[in-house]
Amino acid sequence: MFDAIFDVVVVGGGHAGCEAAAAAARCGACTLLLTHRLDTLGEMSCNPAIGGVGKGHLVREVDALDGLMGRAADAAGIHFKLLNRSKGPAVRGPRAQADRKLYRQAVQALLRATEGLSLEADAAEDLVLGDNGRVAGVVTASGRRIGAGAVVITTGTFLRGMIHIGETRIPAGRVGEAPSVGLADTLRRLGLPLARLKTGTPPRLDGRTIDWAALEAQPGDDPPEPLSWMTERITNRQVACALTATTPATHDLIRANLHLTAVYSGRIEGVGPRYCPSIEDKVVRFADRQRHQIFLEPEGLDDDTVYPNGISTSLPEAAQAALIASIPGLGRARIVRPGYAIEYDHVDPRALTPTLEVRAAPGLFLAGQINGTTGYEEAAAQGLMAGLNAVCCAEGAVPDRVLTRSEAYAGVLVDDLVLQGVTEPYRMLTARSEFRLALRADNAGLRLTEKGVAWGVVGAERARAHRTYAATLADALARARAEGGSPVWYLGAGVPINQDGRWRSALDALALPALTADTADRLFPWLRDLPARVRAELEAQALYAPYLERQAAELCVLEREERLAIPAATDFTAIPGLSTEMRHRLTKASPTTLGSAGRVPGVTPAALVALAVHLRRTEARFT
Amino acid sequence: MVEATIFALASGAGRAAVALLRLSGSGTAGVVAALAGGLPPPRRASLRRLRDPRTAELLDQALVLWFPGPASYTGEDSAELHLHGGPAVIAGVAEALVSAGARPAEPGEFTRRAFLNGRMDLTAAEGIADLVAAETVAQRRQALRQAEGALATLYGGWTARLTALLARQEAFIEFEDEDLPTGLDDAVALGSAALRAEIAAHLADAGRGERLREGLLVAILGAPNAGKSSLLNALAGREAAIVSARAGTTRDVVEVRLDLAGVPVTLADTAGLREAADEIEAEGVRRACRRAEEADLVIAVFAADQAPDGATLAWVTHAALVLANKLDLAPAPTAIGGVVPLGISVRTGAGLDALRIRLAEEAGARAGLAAEATLTRPRHRAALTEAAGWLAELDTASLPELRAEALRAALRAIGRITGRVGVEAVLDAVFGEFCIGK
Repeated sequence: MFDAIFDVVVVGGGHAGCEAAAAAARCGACTLLLTHRLDTLGEMSCNPAIGGVGKGHLVREVDALDGLMGRAADAAGIHFKLLNRSKGPAVRGPRAQADRKLYRQAVQALLRATEGLSLEADAAEDLVLGDNGRVAGVVTASGRRIGAGAVVITTGTFLRGMIHIGETRIPAGRVGEAPSVGLADTLRRLGLPLARLKTGTPPRLDGRTIDWAALEAQPGDDPPEPLSWMTERITNRQVACALTATTPATHDLIRANLHLTAVYSGRIEGVGPRYCPSIEDKVVRFADRQRHQIFLEPEGLDDDTVYPNGISTSLPEAAQAALIASIPGLGRARIVRPGYAIEYDHVDPRALTPTLEVRAAPGLFLAGQINGTTGYEEAAAQGLMAGLNAVCCAEGAVPDRVLTRSEAYAGVLVDDLVLQGVTEPYRMLTARSEFRLALRADNAGLRLTEKGVAWGVVGAERARAHRTYAATLADALARARAEGGSPVWYLGAGVPINQDGRWRSALDALALPALTADTADRLFPWLRDLPARVRAELEAQALYAPYLERQAAELCVLEREERLAIPAATDFTAIPGLSTEMRHRLTKASPTTLGSAGRVPGVTPAALVALAVHLRRTEARFT
Repeated sequence: MVEATIFALASGAGRAAVALLRLSGSGTAGVVAALAGGLPPPRRASLRRLRDPRTAELLDQALVLWFPGPASYTGEDSAELHLHGGPAVIAGVAEALVSAGARPAEPGEFTRRAFLNGRMDLTAAEGIADLVAAETVAQRRQALRQAEGALATLYGGWTARLTALLARQEAFIEFEDEDLPTGLDDAVALGSAALRAEIAAHLADAGRGERLREGLLVAILGAPNAGKSSLLNALAGREAAIVSARAGTTRDVVEVRLDLAGVPVTLADTAGLREAADEIEAEGVRRACRRAEEADLVIAVFAADQAPDGATLAWVTHAALVLANKLDLAPAPTAIGGVVPLGISVRTGAGLDALRIRLAEEAGARAGLAAEATLTRPRHRAALTEAAGWLAELDTASLPELRAEALRAALRAIGRITGRVGVEAVLDAVFGEFCIGK
């Protein structure tokens, strides 16, 4: 007997859990979000920034599926910057620093406004397994049994979390919050492969004790570029960050205290992220560097806490104080809370299917840091996808909400995780996408919103706005393809152009570096009347068209290989012509298509041929 | 599942002093023990009596070598049996091996297993395949060098440099607000240009390696009855073409294979160039010209006792080898079409040694063994040409992400020879070189 029954139960109230719960509820599923404390829903446990290159792409994708993150960041943002502004649109990444409290409030308000979503402060201690191994619900710390059609676990670093500050060790998920021990045991009992990772955070400073006047100010963009496609404009007061850097004295101090850190004394076994190293790592690995830059980021408008970005550390508190004091502008800065390293368990994501469902426990989905990722954005994207698939599951359907590598970074993320596993906390980078030019942050809506509408996760307001935009864009594209002129005509208008006699459309012309915006406006006056977003989209499509056309062939091969499905029951050890090593690698990753088999690390072309031959042969036998 | 135990004759078929049978697969130890009455110590040549396991009949006294995997050619348990040569012995042992549970290997199966077990990369495997098919000593040498990884080393080096270049470009894209060194973009452009020049130089070897593998085509042209067919027979050392005093005897192209200083050469004798008397001969003349156009080298033959004919003179260039035949009838002219001819007499054999030396030089110049690894496969050439093309595109790309696309495409192209370079390798290079992370 259950005390309550929901379609979907989400365990964890971080970025993955909030998106999962909200997405499930938007799809119409009766959803419960369980978390230790309701007041920390939407907490930014590390730095107060959302977005960036790659991460900003993910935020826009979550937003295109009507997720929370972009809207919450816009409501809470106090410093916006579009990264890579001088580069092409495909690699521009929007980023916002948020007021931590406003962000929490915004997320909580969005959750409370979501119909069909219940929020409860309780800890999930165990899973209820039904017949045939399906997950049927959860048991909470308060002893309640809650039934569910599907369960999403998003417990972040709370699984056997252990905080290290110098030689001090504190079992915890976040400072001041208890770790989840019961659930870790449950996952272990399910036979899920667990491994240990670590990450860290810098000490927080009292902004009133920083000598701002001595430091270089870093203002945000004016006007700020919102993260959500639905946000018209940013209304918060904007603040500046400041830039400082470590000194040789800082480095000497770190070297002298290295033996006291958890990592360098060998007390931490987990692997940390290479792109987010502790200041100890930086000093050791790049010994010849005289300085490492630090961004001082205010955590809120009415909060004096400052996040010194770039000096994550697990030194003892006393050494942290000395370290801070050795940095220009921070001579008298007071530490509000020391930095720390945290070690935690994560599940090897190769135990999951591309829908983020646990292969060994149907009905159970995992999302976020528990899958070995790092970052709010990576967590949010997984949460949203897991939430969508949990709904399928709860409806008795086979989960099939999967984005491909060629349509979204969220697709790249999930594919990388379930196929490659992780060796360090996984962070999104645009370098991870082989279709980078097609996956722009500013075309996420065009790529995903219609799909989201079909999945039922996109609300009416966004669907309407998107369709209006898409229609305007289609008209503009048609016109830009239809209108144009000869090289002589362009030359007459002052555009130096190859006199090859070839007629060029307005869209072709927009790709010419020699064509300034003013000239374009003069040649095609209707461009001036286009909404800014439509105009930008035209220009981006024009810029990348030659490359995307060439990539089309590759995409075609990829899609063909993706269509060749590997049945779930395939026994890789029984395929003739595969070496023992290949059998092992393929069994471990359990690729679901020939295309994904090709992305399993170490799988050779010869093995793919053997696999393809086998698939064709079995296919032939059954058809 | 275990791999079947296979065996094959590794030495040439037919009568020889020693025949080498090779075995590979997880059952090798059992099969060898069944015939040799036990397993010899690993990696040591041991003299053993081989008996048929069914009848205990003595088959041969042989050297037996046992190579436990994975440190073997195929990576599996394997063994070699050095038998006394002779079809009967080989057949008897093969039968016994089958009765002990082994099966004859399919063509290339040893190499395929070695490849699948990661004992060699794709270029090495192709080198082995060529080695098996090598027609001549020099081909074998080049195939060996490829198997030893000269090409793998060269392409691997380029792959590593491309990876490093891409890593810099990616770092520049990915980590704008990090403290990256300045001038990264320029460094990438410079490095790319240098690499492109090297690949272009490698490609500009005019197909020497490919020719060595495929062989050179040498066409003999000349007026009717200039002695072309006689020359072909003299060089081939046999009567390959019908020779008669009648002009127009050779109506189609006659070809023989020669080994010239280690280079396989196809020598093509053609119909004499003249106004043809009938349609068949006219077609022969057309074919002669077509073959000459395809040829790596044209030998233009003139009769020393006749005035040079215009049709053959048209083929005299500085690249052609000009011969004045029939020295026994008249002295060689000082120049034909501005080129000093080599005087010979096929009938007396005068000048033929000098001609052979000259031909060997010409062949060596076009297809000889270069000191460096040479291109041996059109597949490699295509991939490298594509890579060089992408690097050329990098120079004109206006944005860093477009330069990165060019580098990625170049890396993919070379990766088709050496194996795929994944994004992780690129990221390793990024994080190895730059201090990144806030």
